[in-house]
Amino acid sequence: MPEAEAPARKRIATAWLGGCSGCHMSFLDLDLRLIDLLAAADLVFSPIADIKAFPEGVDLTLVEGAVANEENLELAHRIRANSRIVASFGDCAVTGNVTSLRNHLPVEELLTGLYKAGSGSVPRSGEGAEILPELLPRVLPLHQVIAVDAFIPGCPPDPDRIWAAVTALLDGRPVPSVEGERTFG
Amino acid sequence: MGKTIRIDPVTRIEGHSKITITLDDSGAVSDARFHVTEFRGFEKFCVGRSFSEMPSITARICGICPVSHSIASAHAGDMILGVKPPPLARKLRRVINWAQLVQSHALSFFHLSAPDLLLGMESEPGDRNLAGLIRKYPDVARQGIRLRAIGQEIIRTLAGQSVHPAYVVPGGVLEPLSEANRQKIAAMVPEGLAIVESALDLLKSACEKLGEEIETYGKFPGHFLGLVNYDGALDHTDGALRMIDAQGRKVVDGLPVNQYADILGEASESWSYMKFTHYRELGPPAVEVPYRVGPLARLNVCDFTGTVRADRELRQFRRLGENGLPVTASFHYHYARLIEILYALERIELMMAEETITGKHVRSRASVNRLVGIGASEAPRGTLFHEYHVDENGLLTKVNLLIATGQNNRAMNETILQIAKKYVTGDRLTEGALNRVEHGIRIFDPCLSCATHTMGIPTTVIRLVAPDGTVLDEARRG
Ligand code: SF4
Repeated sequence: MPEAEAPARKRIATAWLGGCSGCHMSFLDLDLRLIDLLAAADLVFSPIADIKAFPEGVDLTLVEGAVANEENLELAHRIRANSRIVASFGDCAVTGNVTSLRNHLPVEELLTGLYKAGSGSVPRSGEGAEILPELLPRVLPLHQVIAVDAFIPGCPPDPDRIWAAVTALLDGRPVPSVEGERTFG
Repeated sequence: MGKTIRIDPVTRIEGHSKITITLDDSGAVSDARFHVTEFRGFEKFCVGRSFSEMPSITARICGICPVSHSIASAHAGDMILGVKPPPLARKLRRVINWAQLVQSHALSFFHLSAPDLLLGMESEPGDRNLAGLIRKYPDVARQGIRLRAIGQEIIRTLAGQSVHPAYVVPGGVLEPLSEANRQKIAAMVPEGLAIVESALDLLKSACEKLGEEIETYGKFPGHFLGLVNYDGALDHTDGALRMIDAQGRKVVDGLPVNQYADILGEASESWSYMKFTHYRELGPPAVEVPYRVGPLARLNVCDFTGTVRADRELRQFRRLGENGLPVTASFHYHYARLIEILYALERIELMMAEETITGKHVRSRASVNRLVGIGASEAPRGTLFHEYHVDENGLLTKVNLLIATGQNNRAMNETILQIAKKYVTGDRLTEGALNRVEHGIRIFDPCLSCATHTMGIPTTVIRLVAPDGTVLDEARRG
């Protein structure tokens, strides 16, 4: 969309793929700055809001988590198609991190190993197949699946780091690289 | 053959959980299922790692209750080391656990449920979120943000960071508490207490208008499970297991947490990645009365809380049970949560006033002395168990995690069935009915990060689907 037609109020989104929600908790740790942020921008999609499909024309989307199953994959593509700036938000999105620790095991072994021990049936067997998303054979960091414009590392990123990144990206500036905040984890 | 309604959180988009409601031929609701669609596999991929890494790794199961995982994990580690942590370390573990209870319950009440409670179950979906709350009830939103921040700030003060603090370790905790930090924490409590008192007023006045919801949102007799201290008091960190039945009789009492598997069994279903836990006496397969864990259960099983203000509220809470029986309406999870915040803040205040809290001896050291470790904690959502089997080097050979939300899995299914029966009818699907069913899930504040990770359950479409797959009706939100 040409710059001139961009809506006056910024539209931001946050999404959640294979992660622990910790990055979102750190986002909520912006505390009262959240009120300023929501006064200046609309939160048009987020796990903390009842919002329907991922909308079009989003200025900035923060993506927590790695790509672990087919639904994560579809959402990632949709986010890319509909967002001007996509940021890998936290180490799981940036590197795969803890979510990708399962990568050394075949998916079949994970599922049967975990659920066969108890009674009942293994998920995605029988009627579960059409309801539960299929796991990808390997968990991938976000940039292996879609183009990513900015990276905000940390497990989770510190709230000050999130604030610096979000305000810069919304202003069209690059994410500042501050001494002491160039680490992972 | 009946019909199926799928409440599908834009399946292909967010999709961490879904709900299916099945109708019989007469159009009446016959079944409802809550599907958890996320899978992470911690129990498997941790095999081969060291038990001492587990508090930090398992904290990453969930960003909302990382402290609970690190405590259950460290308890299992204490057992493997064969040590009892110093009394001071056990106190500091309690403090950080209470602080987490404050932030997590504040999130559940203010950020996630207050929009329904204050704006209405059938209010405009675009407003039913934190931003809507900020617009319509700025003071309430601000209080909620502050209360959560106080819990997080206490964690940060003790442990350096609020999410995934590396603090609780096998044998104790990493750092003693400095005098400056003791004062800092103590100074935060009064504001928190004032906020929770006004939240209690808010909830009580909301409840006056929600009589029908209280009756239908998961009101059923059943067992309750939680930790209690040796004297019968509410406990979130130490203590033994107590289970009561719907009559309030103790069916299990004083059971050490490392014997949890004697009473609890696990099963799975093809339609959910989240396991189902049952009380062995009652199932499976015929689990007629699911047991519940979490704030409602804890306040039902304990004899008293042991703090002044929380005990005063507990007496009021107990009046909600019919004829002196346990409180069986799941809607009162909200109330129980606020009482627990009150309790946690009072306990933190008392603890900060103790002379010895800034002592230096916070860790016991040993090497591997036992090959099995089992630990528990009361996570915000209920009792959490970690079980580790290790070799002589402390490397894990087997891991079992029994999470709170898995234990409430059947109760959540029962709750949405009750709500669907009341509010969903075959030929009309309203957006309001959809939100009511979702609120049934929100009551339990499921930590789906521990199995998946949807907080608001961002459902958009309820579909009525005929057996051949044609969509007969569709209700949309927004
Ligand atoms: S980066 Fe860390 S905090 Fe963020 S989702 Fe992953 S494990 Fe959780």
